[in-house]
Amino acid sequence: MTTRIADRFARLRQENRAGLVIFITAGDPDAKTSLELLRGLPKAGADVIEIGMPFTDPMADGPAIQASSLRALKAGMTLKKTLDLVRRFREGDKDTPVVLMGYYNPIYIYGVDRFLGDAVKAGVDGLIIVDLPPEEDVELCLPAIRKGLAFIRLATPTTDDARLPKVLSNTSGFVYYVAITGITGTASADTRHIEAAVTRLKRATRLPVAVGFGINTPEQAAAVARVADAAVVGTAVVKIIAEHQKQPAEAVARTHRFIADLAAGVRGARTSA
Amino acid sequence: MSTVNSFRTGPDEGGHFGIYGGRFVAETLMPLILELERVYTACKTDPGFQKELAGFHTHYVGRPSPLYFAERITAHLGGAKVYFKRDELNHTGAHKINNCLGQALVAKRMGKRHIIAETGAGQHGVAAATVCARFAMECTVFMGTEDIERQKPNVDRMRLLGAEVRPVTSGSATLKDAMNEALRYWVAKAETHFYIIGTVAGPHPYPAMVRDFQSVIGIEAKQQVMEAEGRLPDTLVACIGGGSNAMGLFHPFLDDVSVRIVGVEAGGLGIPTGKHAASLTGGRPGVLHGNRTYLLQDDDGQIIEAHSISAGLDYPGIGPEHAWLHDMKRVEYVSATDDEALEAFQLCSRLEGIIPALEPSHALAYVTKIAPKLPKDHILVMNLCGRGDKDLAAVLGHLAKRGRPV
Ligand SMILES: Cc1ncc(COP(=O)(O)O)c(C=O)c1O
Repeated sequence: MTTRIADRFARLRQENRAGLVIFITAGDPDAKTSLELLRGLPKAGADVIEIGMPFTDPMADGPAIQASSLRALKAGMTLKKTLDLVRRFREGDKDTPVVLMGYYNPIYIYGVDRFLGDAVKAGVDGLIIVDLPPEEDVELCLPAIRKGLAFIRLATPTTDDARLPKVLSNTSGFVYYVAITGITGTASADTRHIEAAVTRLKRATRLPVAVGFGINTPEQAAAVARVADAAVVGTAVVKIIAEHQKQPAEAVARTHRFIADLAAGVRGARTSA
Repeated sequence: MSTVNSFRTGPDEGGHFGIYGGRFVAETLMPLILELERVYTACKTDPGFQKELAGFHTHYVGRPSPLYFAERITAHLGGAKVYFKRDELNHTGAHKINNCLGQALVAKRMGKRHIIAETGAGQHGVAAATVCARFAMECTVFMGTEDIERQKPNVDRMRLLGAEVRPVTSGSATLKDAMNEALRYWVAKAETHFYIIGTVAGPHPYPAMVRDFQSVIGIEAKQQVMEAEGRLPDTLVACIGGGSNAMGLFHPFLDDVSVRIVGVEAGGLGIPTGKHAASLTGGRPGVLHGNRTYLLQDDDGQIIEAHSISAGLDYPGIGPEHAWLHDMKRVEYVSATDDEALEAFQLCSRLEGIIPALEPSHALAYVTKIAPKLPKDHILVMNLCGRGDKDLAAVLGHLAKRGRPV
């Protein structure tokens, strides 16, 4: 059982601040640049790293993350190479939690047991699988928990109080609140709504609550950081990579700079409020 | 001890047909599909709902569709007695209306006034736009730009009926991508919109619900063939995109073990070329669009783009119940190529005075292969599930390219 996620949120609590969760797609724009991006994330200010496993048909993602998935696939990314990327990141970082996010099919084809074994070995801490609701827990959630991986569930604005216990039942690591009714990168989250939602979740679970979808700027990240345990930023990061995909060094530098801005927003949120 | 053995009891309460089916969707959609399941289950046993549906079948769709003895095709092939189940005579020209009508009535019960649909050939989009006009609902149809090109008349029809057609450019810009976009849009509009899926695929309860609404085809056919021949047919044949017209014809016959049942997938340029849409013949089990089923995919679990001359069959998956029937060996699944479908399209037009859609032309292509070898008292029923008006421009183009202008 890895404790990196719990340890990280415990430290954040001690520091009385929220965490910054950064999403990038494995292999975007290529494997080498992707590794450089990853290696610099903790120093830039990411507290938790979410690595997208590319899939041809990401049904909960908007154009930016769809395109990043396709860039990665075109550059030859596979699930095996994604795990390899985590392994190489882990060689230089023993503490930053790494969560893989994506869709079930590539894992199903890789083979669930083989995938879980290889993921643990590579240094993965948790999984977020968009198309596996609690109704399908026997597929991957329960085997993952048995292997000591966190299975992080998405709660959404449509998850009502009657359903919430079901969503929380086999959730571990943290709960990921999807701040908008929609796919990634399409709308801006509304802070008032988020505060109410986090309060509702906190009544139902002792797990940390991270909030994502629709957080694009340091200001928005800071607003979320005031009310939640972590803010997740993906689309805005991926867009910078897309913009500079032809100049990998530039893509890396600009991405890290943007993350530093986000981190400053998140870290200052509770003191400047 | 006798064992009750039925192929008609699925799915289980989780929506599984064997290992297939299920509910592989984002959490945002889960509460909705649970609500849909609850409402649909109530509709099934509600005489008021069934009566309303039957009324629209009779007076709006024009059901029952005839079971027609295709005498000249039969004579031409020289073997089995070929019957067509003429769902191409339905209002809007295909079987798709059976399903749209049913789902629109369910949507009405749920108080939803906005409908989302995906479409390939445009037949499902037209049927959805039609029921939306009839029930005063708003309709948004997602359609790949490739399909907008090859099924132009249907795009015009949808717009005329008041629907908004949203072009989809991602991926191969065909049916799979239209379904992705429809699902994405639905995630954003989950609380107000009803998604009418056009085939026996998607998360539970869609595969079962669409099957039930299409089963009117098989229920009628069974009665009609009994009246015409005094016995069950020997063989059923239907084309398969997602599999709804096929499931509609097959399902009422699944437990009649004497009936041979054959589904015809789109073989495109030929299975060995890899350019086809035959997911059972050339794919393997995986998870996409809310269900586990056979999919065209690579070794990394990435979905491969399908290819078919027919926009309605150009899909890399198939409904989960078909996947199960395939594994159980109750239904045989074969394929017909683009060229074979083009031949059958012309044959049917010339011999029967019926211009079929390219989709059922695949079924007919297979019929032309097996019928000559079957005895004259062999009764074969084929689902002629759509008419070919929408395909004229595309077919003329293909024939000209092959140096055989009409
Ligand atoms: C006439 C016709 N037949 C068949 C199909 C394929 O769908 P299914 O396999 O669900 O019947 C379509 C789809 O658009 C169609 O328009």
